[in-house]
Amino acid sequence: MTGFPILSLMLAVPLVGAGVSLISGRDTARMVALIATLVDLALGVVLWNRYDIGGAQWQFQEHAELFAGFSWKLGIDGIALLLIALTVFLMPICIGASWNAIEKRAGEYYAAFLLMETLMIGVFAAQDLFLFYIMFEAGLIPMYLIIGIWGGAERIYASYKFFLYTLLGSVLMLIAMFWMANEAGTTDIPTLMQYDFAGPAQTWLFLAFFASFAVKMPMWPVHTWLPDAHVQAPTAGSVILAGVLLKMGGYGIIRFSLPMFPIASAHFAPLVWGLSIAAVVITSLIALVQHDMKKLIAYSSVAHMGIVTVGLFAFNRQGLEGSVIIMLSHGIVAGALFLAVGVIYDRLHTREIARYGGLAINMPYYALFFLVFTMASIGLPGTSGFVGEFLSLVGIYRQSSVIALISTTGIILGAAYMLYLYRRVVFGVQAHADAAAMPDLDGREWAMMVPLAAAVLWMGVYPESFLAPMRKDIGTLEARVAMARPKGDANVKTAGRAPAATTAALGAAQLKGVK
Amino acid sequence: MDFAHSLAAVGAEELISTAALVLLLVAAWGGDNASRAISIAAVAVLFGAAALALPTLASGAGGPATLAFGGHLKMDAFAAFTKLLIYLGAGVTLVIAPAFFDRFKAMRAEFPLLVLLAALGMGIMVSANDLLTLYIGLELNSLAAYVLAAILRADSRSAEAGLKYFVLGSLASGILLYGISLTYGFTGTTSFDGIRVALGAGVLSVGATFGLVFVLAGLAFKISAAPFHMWTPDVYEGAPLPVTTLFATAPKVAAIGLLMRVSLDAFGGQTGAWQQIVIFCALLSIVIGALGAIGQDNIKRLLAYSSINNVGFILVGLAAATPAGASAMLVYLVVYVASSIAGFVVVLGLRDAEGNAVESIAALGGLSRTQPWLAATLMVVMFSLAGIPPLFGFYAKFVIFQAALQAHLVALAIIAIVASVIGAFYYIKVVKVLYFDEATGIVQGRQETSSRALLLASTLFLSPLGYLTTIWLVPLANTAAASLFHLV
Repeated sequence: MTGFPILSLMLAVPLVGAGVSLISGRDTARMVALIATLVDLALGVVLWNRYDIGGAQWQFQEHAELFAGFSWKLGIDGIALLLIALTVFLMPICIGASWNAIEKRAGEYYAAFLLMETLMIGVFAAQDLFLFYIMFEAGLIPMYLIIGIWGGAERIYASYKFFLYTLLGSVLMLIAMFWMANEAGTTDIPTLMQYDFAGPAQTWLFLAFFASFAVKMPMWPVHTWLPDAHVQAPTAGSVILAGVLLKMGGYGIIRFSLPMFPIASAHFAPLVWGLSIAAVVITSLIALVQHDMKKLIAYSSVAHMGIVTVGLFAFNRQGLEGSVIIMLSHGIVAGALFLAVGVIYDRLHTREIARYGGLAINMPYYALFFLVFTMASIGLPGTSGFVGEFLSLVGIYRQSSVIALISTTGIILGAAYMLYLYRRVVFGVQAHADAAAMPDLDGREWAMMVPLAAAVLWMGVYPESFLAPMRKDIGTLEARVAMARPKGDANVKTAGRAPAATTAALGAAQLKGVK
Repeated sequence: MDFAHSLAAVGAEELISTAALVLLLVAAWGGDNASRAISIAAVAVLFGAAALALPTLASGAGGPATLAFGGHLKMDAFAAFTKLLIYLGAGVTLVIAPAFFDRFKAMRAEFPLLVLLAALGMGIMVSANDLLTLYIGLELNSLAAYVLAAILRADSRSAEAGLKYFVLGSLASGILLYGISLTYGFTGTTSFDGIRVALGAGVLSVGATFGLVFVLAGLAFKISAAPFHMWTPDVYEGAPLPVTTLFATAPKVAAIGLLMRVSLDAFGGQTGAWQQIVIFCALLSIVIGALGAIGQDNIKRLLAYSSINNVGFILVGLAAATPAGASAMLVYLVVYVASSIAGFVVVLGLRDAEGNAVESIAALGGLSRTQPWLAATLMVVMFSLAGIPPLFGFYAKFVIFQAALQAHLVALAIIAIVASVIGAFYYIKVVKVLYFDEATGIVQGRQETSSRALLLASTLFLSPLGYLTTIWLVPLANTAAASLFHLV
């Protein structure tokens, strides 16, 4: 254990807050929750500032042997840093979104949320296999309660579906983890990332982990829990689900599947591509016909995650970087869109698209923010969505032009369903008097929307801030998977003509520039 | 191996049997009015017996030095470990019983005596090192248990439970005796050590195989492993609640301890012969326990199926046939006993305004709003039984599956863990009723202080704080498991 245990502190703050909230009334609980999440945000800023870009692969490491054969082993690399930053950034906004919306059993509600924050940070910071599993799995309990107690009309069905789907995925992963721990003789994740499992074993291990991550991600066809869970969860629950929980799947693939089982990953890449493009096309089409705003955004999440998996399994730098950027961008954008839906849901208590219309007239600022997030979801240049999708698609194009072609339709369809949604809700005539009478954003909502919009534009205009911390780690990962990379179909003839600068050289040059 | 040594080794049993006889006289003269005093005395006796068993466990005793009475009993660390659990289960039964029976004016002086005698029988079961001692212990426990199940004479359900338990229990005893006789016939001895030597490690003869199968079948009935589980839901539902608590804890521990000793010691050289049977029973128990519970509306029946399900997981550890597996089984047993105690004590607290027991799950709707602490306890128990981290129930499943994987039982582990997801469904269904449904307000009553203390202790144990206990729990379980194996 070297230095100040900042990661443990970040885990402890929400946990303590959860304990206090549980036994407090509504006003105290929400104040405690807000303070705890803001403190964690401040710690997150400190973490990012103190993170040495291009330094050691694992930083802020902590290690203590616990009882019962578990060890408390924390540490982050650039990818984990970004996802932790996303978590602590979204949490205060979630608390803000729940500020007035949650009336019954508020103490328990905020306690569940703070517990979620601890567990999510724990997932990204864990460096011990079983510590990761405990954090990964323990999130089921608070999320089950959040959906089930404070959710919408169909909340019970949705909570069962969420719980059982994710549990089924995870238990197979647990078996695989036992096997790995026996085989490699360690539960240390950085060590396991360098361990070469035998080829056939990789296949089984990959499938077991994939079962878990594919459900969490979620990938088509095991995505069906997501629209139900998202739609029924309270607004802040949807933000956390879309913003952070879905990223656990992608993070798992980056942290486990690709570096630990590169051969099997390459072997199954066509399967993943197939499922991903199916997700992109099918769920985009489904999103096009939704009447429920949250459901539409939920299906769009599945489509975006499809592009993430395509990029991850492109086995090259652009694909991997792009995927991480999409995960961050989608975390912010989908969270913001759910929040935008929440804003008008709080006023009219319906998510039915047809009940709205012409909001640009009575809610101009709302319309503006909604537009920014819609455009980011589509992937307009200058917004965060563009950077990630562009990189991912470049990455997959180097592997397979057909897959890249079909994946790109996701962007066109994305534009179709998002603009269609925007037109129906914000433009047009004010068909309903109650919708026309809704007031524009209040101070609390401004305070939630502005940081989100700023982050979207920042990531879109200057993505280097987000690319820099992970560049070295993506490089390590790329080198690790390079040995298994499937042959691309591009068949570029480079004889006699050297590329202007290889990506590796470019990356090194940029790295120098940062220093 | 003189007589004095033997007498010194069985101190706990001597204490319980002497106390039971003395208290029997007190009961004969004092009548039912003395029942409370007898209960208190019986709890004290169990504490004393536990104190006598503890040094054996702490010292990690094993090997021939622990044999008593010419090798009929083996008072090793394993026996001590399981005995502590048995005494715990019996003690809890005695603590919660008076409040329950007083409501029916049915607290009888015989009740604590029967529990003591059952505990004595169970203690003999887990220390048995001979097929005959095994049978004596088993029957001493069973006969007391049959009476206990039917102790609410005025209640037809209780009488039915007692009768069912007796008929099916006798059948199982018959099967077991038949197996014992076959084993004796083909090995020429009833001593576990003798059987192990006689069977060797070679191919088992047909007769000896039959003996093994019948012995295992008889024991499978006692631990309510599928396909011999049918009596469990009926008996659990019909028996008075404190008795159900006892059945779910102490006799299960005793029978599983006995099964471990028979399989790993007497038939320890023939792992291959019984492993398939155990795997079959384990998977069937897990699946039947999970599927059977789904349709239940009675919480006692639900917990009965849950216990069948749990026995399946314990058998997964037995299938591993390694010291790690045995140790995992012991850890699982501890967690299982704590969950059962917590679960049944919660059920004990479920009473409507008139003090009648509420057993229907639907009636618990919205309990989290009317009785938040009771509901929170039941939620912890349910998630713990489902094995969701970070609750302690996860650790129990964790060690079991770790042992199974170390023994290369990958397929068994995968099927078992997938089936556990089915089981999770009904556990979260209970949580759903408690937390998501509208409040019915049926449950009104207050708990006795003793129940609250028990609930608090067991819930803390099942909560993530329970991991702290692994500092001593795991080494003790390892010691106990090691004494079971004949390390060459």
